[in-house]
Amino acid sequence: MRVGLFVTCLVDLLRPRIGFAALRLLEAAGCEVVVPESQTCCGQPAWNSGDRRAARLLAEKAIAEFEGCDYLVAPSGSCAGMIRAHYPELFADDPAWHERAAALGSRTYELSDFLVAVAKLDKVPGDFTGTVTYHDSCSGLRELGVKAQPRALLAKLPGVTLTEMDGAEECCGFGGAFAVKFGDISARLAEKKCENVRASGADAVVLGDLGCMLSIEGKLRRLGDEKTRVLHIAEILAGEP
Amino acid sequence: MHFKARASAAAADKALQAKLATAKGLFVEGRRRAVAEIDLEATREASKAIRNRCIANLDLWLERFEEEATRRGGQVLWARDGAEICRLVVDIARRHGVRKAIKSKSMLSEEAGLNAALEAAGVQPVETDLGEYILQINGNESPSHIIAPAIHKTKEEVAELFERVHGKPRKTDIGEMTREAREMLRAHFLSADMGISGGNFLVAETGSVALVTNEGNGRMVTTLPKVHVVITGVEKVIPTLEDLATLMRILPRSATGQTISNYFSVLTGVKRPEDTDGPEHLYFILVDNGRVDLVGSGFQDMLRCIRCAACMNHCPVYQTIGGHAYGWVYPGPMGAVLTPLFVGLENAIDLPHAATLCNQCGVVCPVKIPLPDLMRKLREQQVERGLRPWGERAALTFWAWLARHPALYGLAAKLGVRYLSWLAGGEDRIRILGIAPAWTDGRDFPAPEGRTFRELYSEKHR
Repeated sequence: MRVGLFVTCLVDLLRPRIGFAALRLLEAAGCEVVVPESQTCCGQPAWNSGDRRAARLLAEKAIAEFEGCDYLVAPSGSCAGMIRAHYPELFADDPAWHERAAALGSRTYELSDFLVAVAKLDKVPGDFTGTVTYHDSCSGLRELGVKAQPRALLAKLPGVTLTEMDGAEECCGFGGAFAVKFGDISARLAEKKCENVRASGADAVVLGDLGCMLSIEGKLRRLGDEKTRVLHIAEILAGEP
Repeated sequence: MHFKARASAAAADKALQAKLATAKGLFVEGRRRAVAEIDLEATREASKAIRNRCIANLDLWLERFEEEATRRGGQVLWARDGAEICRLVVDIARRHGVRKAIKSKSMLSEEAGLNAALEAAGVQPVETDLGEYILQINGNESPSHIIAPAIHKTKEEVAELFERVHGKPRKTDIGEMTREAREMLRAHFLSADMGISGGNFLVAETGSVALVTNEGNGRMVTTLPKVHVVITGVEKVIPTLEDLATLMRILPRSATGQTISNYFSVLTGVKRPEDTDGPEHLYFILVDNGRVDLVGSGFQDMLRCIRCAACMNHCPVYQTIGGHAYGWVYPGPMGAVLTPLFVGLENAIDLPHAATLCNQCGVVCPVKIPLPDLMRKLREQQVERGLRPWGERAALTFWAWLARHPALYGLAAKLGVRYLSWLAGGEDRIRILGIAPAWTDGRDFPAPEGRTFRELYSEKHR
C-alpha cells in the first residue's frame, strides 16, 4: 500500500528525526512511503485562529498533494485530526471539494493508529530500556480515539515498562497560538503536566505530538529536570537509525 | 473587560488553584462514578434530542407553557433583557407591598444585576443559597462558578467572614458554620414577603418549574412567602414530564456527581384551598437577553445548555484561573461562548481564545454541545468583523501565503531554523525567545536539530 507521509510543519522545522523515524516504521510495516516535497502545513493554525479562507487554501493544497495515496499518515494527532475531522467542514458549501476532503479524511491516520489498525505492524525495531509514561494528546485522544494504539506498540518493546501517570488525558497547555497568547496559563498547565510526569517516576514521557513535546520538554527543563526524557512515539519505536 | 490581566494574576495564584483542585476532585471524580451507573452515551443522545426538539419549536412550547401555567393560576411575563427583569420584579414587589425578598440561586438575576435594582427600590434581597449568601455578606461579591458560587473561598476565609459579619465566636467546623448560617437565614425566611428562584426546567405540558437544589433553601423560598417569582431563560422549556425524567438522569450526575440532588421540586400552580403551603401569587419571568437571536444562528447548539457546569469543572483553563477572570456571569467554556454572544463579540475579545481547544468540555457535556467548535466560530466572526489585532492578522496572512509557496517556505524554514539554532547557542534549549517571549517567560523552548526535514530528505533522495 502506498502511504503519503505528512511530516507536519513542526517536525520539519524542529525534529526531523521524528519524520525519519516515522518513515522507517512505515517501511518496516511494508508500506511504500511517498513524501510529497511540496508539503508545508495542514492549515490548522489558520483554522484555529478563525481564518477559514487561509485554512481552506492550505487544505486544498494538502488534498491535491495526498489524495493520490492510499493513506495519509502523520506523526501527529493534531494534524491528522485537522485533516480527518475538520477538512470536510471547511468545504461545507462546495460539494466537489467536500467530497475530496471527506475521501482523504477517511484515509487519514495518526501514526500509531495506522501502525496498529491498518498496517498491523508486528515487530518494532526500537531498543529503549526503561520506564515510560504516555501523555495522551487532546486531538489524538478526543478527535481520533488514539489511546490503546500507542500503548499496544510500546508493549512490543521488551525493555519498556509502561507506568500510567495521573491526568494522562489532561491538556499539556500547548494549544497552538494559545501558548503565546496566554503564555502564563499555558505554562501553568504544562507545570501540572510535568508534576504528573515526574510523580510517575518514569524515565521518559512518550507522546505523539510535537506541540505537547515542546510544552512538556520546555517546562521540564525550566523546572530543572535534566533527567526525564521526552520522546515521540515514533522515535522510541523506531530506535536509532 | 481585561481578561488577560485578570487571568495572568489568577494563573500565578497557587492558593486559588489549590481550592479549585479540591473542587475538581469532588466534581470530576463524582461525575465519573455517577455516569458509570447509566448508559451515558444513550442518555446524552436522548437529552440532546429533547433539547433540540424544544429549541426547534421554541415559540410553540413557550405558548403551551404559558397556557398551562396560566390555567393553574400562574402569570407569565416576558423580559427582553436584564433591565426588563429588574423592572418587572420591582413592579411585582410594589404591587404586593414587598419589603424583603428571599432568593434561591438564579443566574438570570446575576445577568440582570437584580439585587442592586431591588435595593434601589427599597426591597431587601437576601440570598439563601449558602454559597450565594457567603458572597452577598462579603460585599456583594460575584459568583465564580454557576453551581458552586463561592468555590474560590476556603473554609478559613468563610469562618473569618462569618465571625466578622455575624459577630459570633469563630467556628472551624463546616457543619457548625452551616448551622450558624441557617440560624441567620431563618429569620429572613419567616419574614420575607417574596421568594425569587431560578428554574432548571420549565415543563410545557404542566406549566411547572423544576428546581434542582441541595440545601433545601429552594423549598423555603418557593413555598413560604405569599409571592413566588421564577426567573429563567426562555430556552429552559421542555415538552413533557417524561423529558424531565430523562434530563434528570443526567443533570445531577454531570453537575455534582449525584445520582439525584438532595432536593428536586416540580412546582405547579398557586396554592389551592386544600394545600397547606405554597405561594398565593406565582409569576414566571421568561427572559430573552440574547437567547432568541441564537435560534437559527450558527450558535443554536448553545441553547441546549442545562447549566450543569461539567464543562468548567473539567476545563484545564478554568481550573487554573477560576471563574472571576472570565469577567461576567458565566465562566469556563460555556461562558467563553455565551459571554461574547450576550455582551457583544467586541466586549469579550479574549474569551473565545482562552482555551486550548482540548475538547474535554465537549466530551463531558451532557447535551453534546460542541463547545470548541463554537469558540472557533466566534474566532471566525472576530476575523470577519476585523476585531483581531492588526499584527496578528498580518502575521497569519503572511505565513499562510508563504505556506502555499513551497520553495519560498522551504527557504524561510531553513533560515528560521538556523536562526533558532543560533539563539540556542549550542545548548539543547532556547531560554529567551525574542519572537515569542510569552513562551520563554514560563518555560524553555527546545532547540531545533539544526536542519529541516525537507533539506535532509531531499539530500538523501537526490
